[in-house]
Amino acid sequence: MQVPILKQGHVLIATIQAALTDADLLELRSGLVQQVVRYRSSGVIVDVTAMDVMDSFASRTLLEISRMIRLRGADTVIVGIQPEVAFAMVQLGVTLEDIPTALDLEEGLAYLQQTSRSIN
Amino acid sequence: MAREKQALASTASGKGRLVDLPRGEPRAELHRELVGHLRQNRTQLREEWVARIGEARLLQAMTQEEIFAEATSVYDSYVAALETGTLDDLTAYARNLSERIIPRGVETHEVVGIVLLLRDVLARSLFAKYQADFEKLNRILDAYEPAANRIANTVAVGFVQERERVIRQQQEAIRELSTPVLQVRERLLILPIIGVIDPMRARQLTEQLLRGIRENRAKVVVIDITGVAAMDATVANHLVQTVEASRLLGATVIVTGLSPEIAQTLVTIGVDLGKMNTVGDLQGGIEQAERLLGYKVELG
Repeated sequence: MQVPILKQGHVLIATIQAALTDADLLELRSGLVQQVVRYRSSGVIVDVTAMDVMDSFASRTLLEISRMIRLRGADTVIVGIQPEVAFAMVQLGVTLEDIPTALDLEEGLAYLQQTSRSIN
Repeated sequence: MAREKQALASTASGKGRLVDLPRGEPRAELHRELVGHLRQNRTQLREEWVARIGEARLLQAMTQEEIFAEATSVYDSYVAALETGTLDDLTAYARNLSERIIPRGVETHEVVGIVLLLRDVLARSLFAKYQADFEKLNRILDAYEPAANRIANTVAVGFVQERERVIRQQQEAIRELSTPVLQVRERLLILPIIGVIDPMRARQLTEQLLRGIRENRAKVVVIDITGVAAMDATVANHLVQTVEASRLLGATVIVTGLSPEIAQTLVTIGVDLGKMNTVGDLQGGIEQAERLLGYKVELG
């Protein structure tokens, strides 16, 4: 299941719609990292609302996506983590320390608008 | 070869049975004799037992008459259990008794104590009766002791189970007095926690809070723990995890009203204070939350 990446102004939006295999995640990573510069985007939102489980590979990949995109000059926000998933992640010791998170897509967009880089 | 061994074994066991038989036969007889003895001396043994209960200062929550009435019932069901060998009636009685005396503050050690006293009183009476015939005394005790121990066990377990049932019921009741998640301003929630937090309640609080964050679209949450005197390391860790999980949902948590003890616990378990946003009191917490949300409160 491929993850569609949409462009909305200066922001790229990737909405995960179903459980992803490790290969899908890696594909998402390379897709986002390539397109963020191609479209001169200043922010990336990864929407994980549909994910019921977040295993260690998925969380690590999200962390990597965020760091790689920062090196490519943009910010990443993870949105839509479910309450149960959030607590399970914390118990596993995965806190996505330095990645901004937001409740949903709307909040994520609002966050990116506030950060200086996105305003341009 | 194998058959030979089997034959040998069967002769051996046959031999064993021959020795056993005379012991096995009168066991029922012994039981009858035992029960007869206890029935005959009912009044005297019962009074002695009640006197011993008084001496040991057990069941002080009850009056002398009540003790005597209960003692009579216990004595009769005790003898009945010895006679029939079934514990059902006694178990039912023990549960019924527990239901009545637990609310009056009777402790586990008292119940175990009186049952053991009864066992001792009865054993003494057997010693006194059969002291001339040591062989017989031994056989009577062989019949008496296992039954008596099982009875004591049943009554004690029944009492403890009843107590546990009451405790469970109360825990349920306390749990239902749930902790509210309150919205004080647009996007600002307050979670005042009062009382003792055990791991169970901590988990429930977390669930409620995370759900509340989503439902109210909260950006800032103030958790006020002024009403919590102390928490152990497990619960403190849980609190930290709750803060982290809230952040994953995009909400900032401010913890207010940490007591010195809780502060010490948090430092001892080595919480990364960079992740925890703490303010001295609830007022300060709400003020900071308002600043984070961009509210400005002015005196008119």
